[in-house]
Amino acid sequence: MARFDSNDDSVVVIIGSGAGGGTLANELCQKGFKVVLLEAGKHQSSATFRNDEWFAFNQLAWLDKRTTSGNWQIAKDFPNLPAWTCKTVGGTTVHWAGASLRFQEHEFKAKTTYSDVTGANLLDWPVTLAELEPYYAKAEFKMGVTRTNDIPGLPGNNNFKVLYNGATRVGYKTVHTGRMAINSRPRDDRSSCWQLGFCFQGCKSGAKWSTLYTEIPKADATGKLDLRAECQALQVQHDSQGKATGVLYADQNGKHVVQKAAIVCVACNSIESARLLLNSSSSTFPQGLANSSGQVGKNYMRHTTGSVYATFKKPVYMNRGTVMAGIVADEAELNVKRGFAGGFEFETISLGLPFAAAFLKPGAWGRDYTRVLDQYPNMAGMWIVGEDMPQETNAVTLNPTEKDQWGLPIPNVHYDDHPNDLAMRNYAYKRGADIYNAVGAVQTIAVPPYPSTHNLGTCRMSESPRDGVCNKWGQTHDLKNLFISDGSQFTTSGGENPTLTIVTLAIRQADYISKERTKKNL
Amino acid sequence: MKRREFLQKSAIVVAGAAAAVSGVAVVASADTNQWTAGLKTLNAHEGETLLKVARQIFPHDRLGDSDYVVVVMDLDTQAGATPDTAKLLRDGVANLDSDGNGKFATLSDDQQIAILQKNESTPFFQKVHSVELVSLYNNHAVWKKLGYQGPSYQIGGYLHHGFNDLNWLPDPPASASPKPA
Repeated sequence: MARFDSNDDSVVVIIGSGAGGGTLANELCQKGFKVVLLEAGKHQSSATFRNDEWFAFNQLAWLDKRTTSGNWQIAKDFPNLPAWTCKTVGGTTVHWAGASLRFQEHEFKAKTTYSDVTGANLLDWPVTLAELEPYYAKAEFKMGVTRTNDIPGLPGNNNFKVLYNGATRVGYKTVHTGRMAINSRPRDDRSSCWQLGFCFQGCKSGAKWSTLYTEIPKADATGKLDLRAECQALQVQHDSQGKATGVLYADQNGKHVVQKAAIVCVACNSIESARLLLNSSSSTFPQGLANSSGQVGKNYMRHTTGSVYATFKKPVYMNRGTVMAGIVADEAELNVKRGFAGGFEFETISLGLPFAAAFLKPGAWGRDYTRVLDQYPNMAGMWIVGEDMPQETNAVTLNPTEKDQWGLPIPNVHYDDHPNDLAMRNYAYKRGADIYNAVGAVQTIAVPPYPSTHNLGTCRMSESPRDGVCNKWGQTHDLKNLFISDGSQFTTSGGENPTLTIVTLAIRQADYISKERTKKNL
Repeated sequence: MKRREFLQKSAIVVAGAAAAVSGVAVVASADTNQWTAGLKTLNAHEGETLLKVARQIFPHDRLGDSDYVVVVMDLDTQAGATPDTAKLLRDGVANLDSDGNGKFATLSDDQQIAILQKNESTPFFQKVHSVELVSLYNNHAVWKKLGYQGPSYQIGGYLHHGFNDLNWLPDPPASASPKPA
């Protein structure tokens, strides 16, 4: 591992080592850049992961206190845990399930496509699918996405068999084991999937793509990576010319360090990225860094989600094998006849008994609830993931009174469900139940959203500096050497799982940074 | 909001403790009625009452008292760690007895449930609920009885251990679900 001097102002500092930051670090190192990669969490490995839901949650999840407000059910059920993301080297790519779907063309033009949805702060992306396609292809190759690059699909597990039979019986056509960044064959020095059933807890076989054991070691091999784990960024600093100059962070001993930088890239996942910029306010930028538009923290999106579980007369054992074992893609299309804008997918999901008890009906107790849990072996499950509407009032803000261990305001996450989100969720609950009823469900259970793993939009891309934080390259409108490199740059959420698009944008951003550096624009 | 905050914080803190306690030797004495002798902070009456409460919160006919004793032991550990928790649990038990005009533990199921429903938004109930949620369902003995198979790494995953053995529905075609490599 390289070690660069804290006064070396030729380095690129990337904050966050997940899908965006970890990928960007590798891409830049391959191009010869010196990269300091700050990661707030610890360095784990496939060897230290455990097939144990609560253990893994405590080992990997971001548990620093947050507050919530708004009418979303999360504020009632999990008031201090709005998001289920990770604080560990590799970020949330350690926890993600691997679904890797491209956004559709119309989803980059949400304002044009959906026209004016009351209360939604819609905007078209300043980039099109056509511009991203070559980078999507690179991302799919890098991540080894099944059903691309001649990589076979994964074999479906029991949970998928139930989904497949039910979905095809109610008339759905596009039902298969998905496009997954999980090896169906050994590839890239990683094994094929063992069907462990603990995708969320860190993949012990290494079959699932994570920056932890792909991008980061590859970056390290160039001799250009200085990974600093357990280093929490506190502030992005700037000079009087409005140029980012470095990052103040607390190291593993709590010591404050300033790392100088030529370029700073923020990839802390949407809640922390916005919080970091807001906590970096100064006399020059009193509203927070890169916030002349006032949009930092705004338009927080988390996808319209929910789950449908069902019990059957005979065993399923949904816990066996990949968590997202298959997909129904028919509802992803553009079709306003359903009574809402945007589309969604059904994807299988499974929880072990400990998390099933915690999440199927948060707060429930008594015989009615345990009767469901008694049926655990006979249970199948699916997750809904669909486009949610950006709203300016759905926002990450600084809590006015509560501070963290470094004395900085903690984030508050405010979210009100948009009527469009509710219409989509209710429609999806019903269609999901139809799928299971078609194969003889004894009981179906509509489960409210879990703490959000897809956190998007708080530093959104926009053509005009007036209504967004960064341009089509993720470069902030206000500070040209400050970049947004995670899902917070999404202008709208699309209806697909976001990781593939985050990786795609990171690869493309690295090309842009390299070109601009060559032209001496950075 | 405050109570729920408390609940959720507890759930997270407890997870580690429960993982450590689950399935330990404490259970061995459960069937001898002497298990309350293992309590360090709570008294036998408080332990017996909490055992009934734990049973009513998550009642499973397939589980024995020994499985719920693990929950009470975790509550006892927390009571030993913080005086506030000890007081919360003691006062909570006293309150249940008072609601039951005597000993809560001797009431019928219906009477116990009615009293717990009345108290379900109290910090006491929420504390027991949140600790039990982790303690009960993270116990490997409970996993076995409820049919959850848990970790699979030690057997090389479910790839050769039934990940696709469901036979009451037709297999999807290979185009939707290719054969394993």
